Amino acid sequence: MAINQNQAVKYNHKHLLGIQYLSIPEINLILDESLAFVELNRQENKKLKILNGKTQINLFFETSTRTLSSFELAGKRLGADVMNMNVLNSAIKKGETLIDTAMTLNAMHPDILVIRHQDSGAANLLSQKVNCSVINAGDGRNEHPTQALLDAMTIKMKKKKIEGLRVAICGDIMHSRVARSNIYLLNMLGAEVRVIGPTTLMPKNINLFGVKVFNDMEKGLEGCDIIMMLRMQTERMDGSYIPSTREYYEFFGLDYKKIKNAKEDALIMHPGPMNRGIEIDTSLADDINRSIIVQQVEMGVAVRMACLKILMENKV
Amino acid sequence: MFKNFNGKQSMKKQCITNVRIIDPKNSLDEIGGILINEQGKIEAIGKKVSELNASDATIYNCPKKIAIPGIIDMRVFVGEPGFEYKENFRTLSQAAISGGVTAAITMPNTNPVVDNVSTLDFIKRRSRDKSIIKIFPLASLTKNTNGEDMTEFGLLKLRGAWGFTDGLHCVQNNKVMDKILNYAKNKDALIVQFPQDNELSKNGVIHEGFLSTKLGLKGIPDIAEQIIIERDLRLLEQYNGRYHISLLSSKKSLEIIKSARARGLKFTVGVSINNLSLNDNDIGDFRTFLKLSPPLRSEDDRIALIEAVEDGTIDVIVSDHKPEDEESKRLTFQQAATGASGIETLLALSLELVHNEKCTLNTIIKSLTSNPAEILGLRNGTLSVGSEADIAIFDLQKPWVLNKENIKSKSKNTAIEKRKLQGKVEKTFINGKLVFSE
Repeated sequence: MAINQNQAVKYNHKHLLGIQYLSIPEINLILDESLAFVELNRQENKKLKILNGKTQINLFFETSTRTLSSFELAGKRLGADVMNMNVLNSAIKKGETLIDTAMTLNAMHPDILVIRHQDSGAANLLSQKVNCSVINAGDGRNEHPTQALLDAMTIKMKKKKIEGLRVAICGDIMHSRVARSNIYLLNMLGAEVRVIGPTTLMPKNINLFGVKVFNDMEKGLEGCDIIMMLRMQTERMDGSYIPSTREYYEFFGLDYKKIKNAKEDALIMHPGPMNRGIEIDTSLADDINRSIIVQQVEMGVAVRMACLKILMENKV
Repeated sequence: MFKNFNGKQSMKKQCITNVRIIDPKNSLDEIGGILINEQGKIEAIGKKVSELNASDATIYNCPKKIAIPGIIDMRVFVGEPGFEYKENFRTLSQAAISGGVTAAITMPNTNPVVDNVSTLDFIKRRSRDKSIIKIFPLASLTKNTNGEDMTEFGLLKLRGAWGFTDGLHCVQNNKVMDKILNYAKNKDALIVQFPQDNELSKNGVIHEGFLSTKLGLKGIPDIAEQIIIERDLRLLEQYNGRYHISLLSSKKSLEIIKSARARGLKFTVGVSINNLSLNDNDIGDFRTFLKLSPPLRSEDDRIALIEAVEDGTIDVIVSDHKPEDEESKRLTFQQAATGASGIETLLALSLELVHNEKCTLNTIIKSLTSNPAEILGLRNGTLSVGSEADIAIFDLQKPWVLNKENIKSKSKNTAIEKRKLQGKVEKTFINGKLVFSE
């Protein structure tokens, strides 16, 4: 994973809106850059001056703990001035539109806007209206590119490769932006991607996205190197998709019995926050031999630092 | 202000000459002339009519052009009362006549809803004073379009409602729909349904398919349409009243329609020009101007709908003209307003199907003129001798590009900005008066 200096790979976008817009070299560039920050983040002095004088605004329309703090830390460690906009209690609740808010913030001349929004396409819309770079920190069910990048980084750190691995993404595929971004990214990097879940939580034509679809978890997990569990996104559901969480856990909750179908060294990931006892057995989630959920959080900061740095360096 | 609806004021005789006349009602397709008398009615028509037998008339020589009955657009949202900032009768008229539309069937989804005689009276008076084109209002099926309590079909019909529809909404309750079709039969009232199941389409904003999954948007499955059509047709079978499906979007709905017709059931069907000209892929990366209801569906559906227009399964093409201010379109796809302005491009877009050799010119003209007239019971939609001279003259070949700044409607929310079109309206007559000329 060493940086190949001969390859003059450039990141050719002003924004980071989704994995679907990236090329394989661009993804590898971000992952390579991230590696240096992993090392840095483990040192005592974590502060750099790369983004000195830059302003980063985190505009979060949905509640978030780990993504927001991860972006905040990433910006601060690079030396940027970081502001978190808590939108839940602001003018937007009073009827201001996304565009109006964007124009207001734009007038303050930020260099980078990190947005999370409940509607798919919100980051795309914002990027058309502001002058600065926009990072999508999750829009509706569409994409969550930095999550997919940090997942890839975590897999690479643990398995030393991605190509040829069999990865199962399990659970509420329909409502998951994490699933979509990961499907794009893992396919591009040569993994074999499977999606596992009840048919009611599978979006239409998902088989056309280069994945194998399984409705039987034990079959789906066969030979898997990586098991990505997804959270049941009850807040995005408008009605009943499954009979009960108890029944869901019985058939789609990851436990020590079901995981036996996967490879012996299969690792478990979860974008968080977890619903213990619904999608994953609580002791399995904490099993240090199996679960790399904590490493995902660690990689998150490094990957986001890399994204911020690349966007600020590559003014397109 | 232009007033001509009494048709009594005297004007000079006019004669359109050397024009190709297409009047599907009379199976007429020949080069000749149209003589309009002093009362604005058609006095003579056909190859025998030329400037020679109209020496005292104003002559409009239109060689290589086509004259058709003025277009009757069966699904139009106006904005008066309540949404005047989106569209009023004056702006609607300007948009319509530039596209050869001389009559609009207006939807009752105003504020307040056209669900009572006094609001209907307001529409009639207002359109009489402000509208250049003819306005034939529909009243709502249920009070405030609540889907529960039927409106006064009899009284509203007496006072000038040409039919009944909840417009944007669909009656969900089976019992209510059964009673509506039953009662409407007594009054010989035309029932117009927008077929969409509310629960199956709840929060949906786009056709459920590959693109809805890719964009992460909630889909509207085509079964949401079929289930209502199937239900309504089964209910209709008991009463055999006048029933029209306002818009259709999916291939599978056509199968239901064909099988009901094979059983001998009589009803009519409309389609939006948008669903004949665009598919869901055109939405690309969240283009909210293409957020429509019913949603743009797959290319398969689009092709099937075009074939259904040509084979007569679909009777009417409408613009589904729904003006929305641009601000309400500049939101996320989920939040953006639904619908597109389109009355002025209805003909030009329909002609694409002719240029692409998918439909004959006669079929297209029929579905825009005589078919809607027949469904509604209007005497318009034809160039028969004695009928009101509502005429559109267009150049079938003329290429043009739709630019937003040239849109005459008050709202510029077109779904086809920058589209290259072929065929442009050059003159529009209403009651014999030249109201548009380019």
